[in-house]
Amino acid sequence: MAEFILEMRHIEKDFSGVKALDDVNLIIKKGEIHALCGENGAGKSTLVNVLSGVYPYGTYTGDIIYRGELCKFNNIRSSEKKGIVIIHQELALIPYLSIAENVFLGNEITPHKGIIDWDETERRARDVLSKVGLVNEDLSQMVNTLGVGKQQLIEIAKALAKKVELLILDEPTAALNDEESNILLNLMLKLKEQGITCIMISHKLNEVSRVADSITVIRDGRTIETIEKTDKEIEEDRIIKGMVGRELTNRYPQRNSSIGDVVFEVKDWNVYSPIDQTRKVINNVSLTVRSGEVVGLAGLMGAGRTELAMSLFGKAYGKNISGTMMKNGKILNLNSIKDAINNKIAYVSEDRKKYGLVLQNDLKWNMTLASLKSRFSKHGVIKENEEIHATEDYRKIINIKTNSIEQIVGSLSGGNQQKVVLAKWMLSEPDILLLDEPTRGIDVGAKYEIYTVINSLADTGKAVIVISSEMPELLGICDRIYIINEGEIAGEVQKEEFSQERVMKIIMNHIGREK
Amino acid sequence: MSNITVEQKKLTINNITVEQKKLTMNNLKQYGMMLALFLIYAIFALLSDGKNAAPMNINNLVMQNSYVVILSLGMLLCCLTANVDLSVGSVVAFCGAAAAIMVIDYHIAIPVTFAIVLVMGVLVGMWQGFFIAVLKVPPFIVTLANMLVFRGLTMVILNGQTKGPLPQGFTQVGAGYLPQVFIHIGSTKVELLALVAGILVSIVLIGLEMRFRRNKIKHSFAVTPIWQSIVKLTVVIAVLNFITLKLALYMGLPLVLLIMFILILIYSFITNNTVAGRQVYAVGGNVHAARLSGINTDKVMFWVYTNMGFLAGLAGIVLAARNASATPKAGDSFEMDAIAACYIGGAAVQGGSGTISGAVIGALIMGILNNGMSLIGWSVDIQRVVKGLVLLAAVTFDLYNKRKSS
Repeated sequence: MAEFILEMRHIEKDFSGVKALDDVNLIIKKGEIHALCGENGAGKSTLVNVLSGVYPYGTYTGDIIYRGELCKFNNIRSSEKKGIVIIHQELALIPYLSIAENVFLGNEITPHKGIIDWDETERRARDVLSKVGLVNEDLSQMVNTLGVGKQQLIEIAKALAKKVELLILDEPTAALNDEESNILLNLMLKLKEQGITCIMISHKLNEVSRVADSITVIRDGRTIETIEKTDKEIEEDRIIKGMVGRELTNRYPQRNSSIGDVVFEVKDWNVYSPIDQTRKVINNVSLTVRSGEVVGLAGLMGAGRTELAMSLFGKAYGKNISGTMMKNGKILNLNSIKDAINNKIAYVSEDRKKYGLVLQNDLKWNMTLASLKSRFSKHGVIKENEEIHATEDYRKIINIKTNSIEQIVGSLSGGNQQKVVLAKWMLSEPDILLLDEPTRGIDVGAKYEIYTVINSLADTGKAVIVISSEMPELLGICDRIYIINEGEIAGEVQKEEFSQERVMKIIMNHIGREK
Repeated sequence: MSNITVEQKKLTINNITVEQKKLTMNNLKQYGMMLALFLIYAIFALLSDGKNAAPMNINNLVMQNSYVVILSLGMLLCCLTANVDLSVGSVVAFCGAAAAIMVIDYHIAIPVTFAIVLVMGVLVGMWQGFFIAVLKVPPFIVTLANMLVFRGLTMVILNGQTKGPLPQGFTQVGAGYLPQVFIHIGSTKVELLALVAGILVSIVLIGLEMRFRRNKIKHSFAVTPIWQSIVKLTVVIAVLNFITLKLALYMGLPLVLLIMFILILIYSFITNNTVAGRQVYAVGGNVHAARLSGINTDKVMFWVYTNMGFLAGLAGIVLAARNASATPKAGDSFEMDAIAACYIGGAAVQGGSGTISGAVIGALIMGILNNGMSLIGWSVDIQRVVKGLVLLAAVTFDLYNKRKSS
């Protein structure tokens, strides 16, 4: 009945050999709200980036037909000219510019060749801001003084100022509270009445089923199905099934757990954000890990898993941390990362390039960095021979593919870099390992090897906590999984009851709980 | 079965040759700078009709460049953290002025004065380190501010006047010599100890290299081919004995040469062999990774700048001693010479890489340029232009090389 505003045909896109999008077909009707659902890494953001010209024409294959016209966007500007505006998850406002300046950023009102007409800017800013429900704002206020909810609305006002016809929102409510989310969702419905088409990416299925007219499920870079909203609401279970229903082949090594006593215990752990000290990031988390056990922390992005792990690692993250942490029944008071390392705790960070490695140094230096003081020096002088021997051993044990321990780690592949980070923390001889996304961005073969290392660490009686956004991975390698959502433990799943649906359900229920 | 072992052997042999190649490449890179140093020296030897190889000139080269070498040792640590210290020139002047005032106006004993001034240098460094490490003010701003502060303070305590002359006990540090034993060979007067020192150090170098190789082989680590060690030793020993011979033909070994020599040894050891040194590299290479590896990054920054203060204090004493006076303009733009020395010597602008030997060679390149251009009568203005272009060329070349290899 309705005409199509956008059709994407056979879109394929790969990143150095890894297929991110594989034959994606998407049809958007004019004036609808169309939701894209899928797991982390399914390809949703890649798809909208292709659409908006972030990945220019030529770097993908397939056709984008917008308003019946084949489009070849070279950059965001060219898609914006056509009325396609994308609002990213990380807001793109300039914190130290005023509201009015931000609304017309890159789109300044310049009747006289490069000279901004401030009166007109203010008048038009007031106009678009009233459309998004911001009526009594001081336009000269700096954006960084506003909350995230209002900033999100300003982003939309900015889009409206560009005469948007197709608005793309990537996780618009991820950082918003319920009230703010509500305002935003209502605004989306209002914009729809005004004829603006909207694509939203969201994990929050309750919101999706509330506002979306149709839902396309993406899994592993493919469009799985499009569900139309007819008379009745779209059932969340149906969406979940589409999102996770993949075949599991033998991607994980056999695991024979021999689980001992509780070695690591956290009780009533609370952490506040270091930036906004009134915001509680971790709320009353309690958990236990036994020796020889691999425990997973599942959750959506931004659920607080990294924050939890880092706060446990000698308060590497967070302010006003409270709660007790016990190792082998003894209370630990860790006030620095050094304390944590001395107490045999290791944290393998999620972003190996940014937080894990000194890329310009060689394997040897990187591998011993965390244990220089404890193992590889005497009176502050480095024991060079032992350093070479130990790193050479670990290079072989965990099979880092390189010619020499003197190779610069920046030149290694992602999988091998990750192995170097693992080796670094294995050399610190920890009892408790916190592994944050240990296989992010590495290929399947290297993943398998990392899983094997994790298994062997557990076999030697270490307690291992794994954070991962890939749920099948957690189900494949863990003995038990805690589900974290919005800084709280939303649930716990034992190995016998492992299933993606169950984990997803716990997350969705927890998200729905506040309603 | 035997096939497998043969395969494995092949693999290990392959690995070793690859490692050897790598070591060779590293060495070539390091000696490339030395080659540049020779080349510049040779060019000026030609242009000045060998004047720059005269015994007195070699002596001057050592004495004139001692403060820049001393400063560049500390500056290298700053550069490793991806920062610089702009205040060193002013701190040099301030410490020199303070020393001169203590000795001349207050008649404080010279050794006591030296001790007080070195402590003063350390305190200045701590003052800067406090702002950098504790209050997190960017080092560029902190040291820029203190460049003004200490230049101003120098003017104030000197009343804008030159303070001098300094007594001989003081000037000894900058212009004096180690004990001299002159003998006559034919008609030429030769200082024996300089020659002996050159030969002794040569023997020690050979011994160290042999021990190093033996140790590597004992642990079956990769070593460079033996011919490379021989070439390297031959070159180093030739240069060393060339210098000591020239010095022997003049007045023997300058005291500052000994000071520099000891400092270079200490700082090479710190950067190569100690946990502290490794931590500086890690902080400069990736401050987040360093912090998450349990390194107290603030403490590292604090001590890097404290150390710089100490060396600036020492350089202040040496400079005042060499000039036999303290002047308000002393040490002007020394910070730039030291920074340039580090970058010419291969330190990375983004931090985390650079060597003491590189910084020293960089300082010597600057010194030889200055000296050579003065000898052939180029004006100070032109000298600045040339030095600037050399710095630009060296860093461009280095960056280009790195980009190509990555």
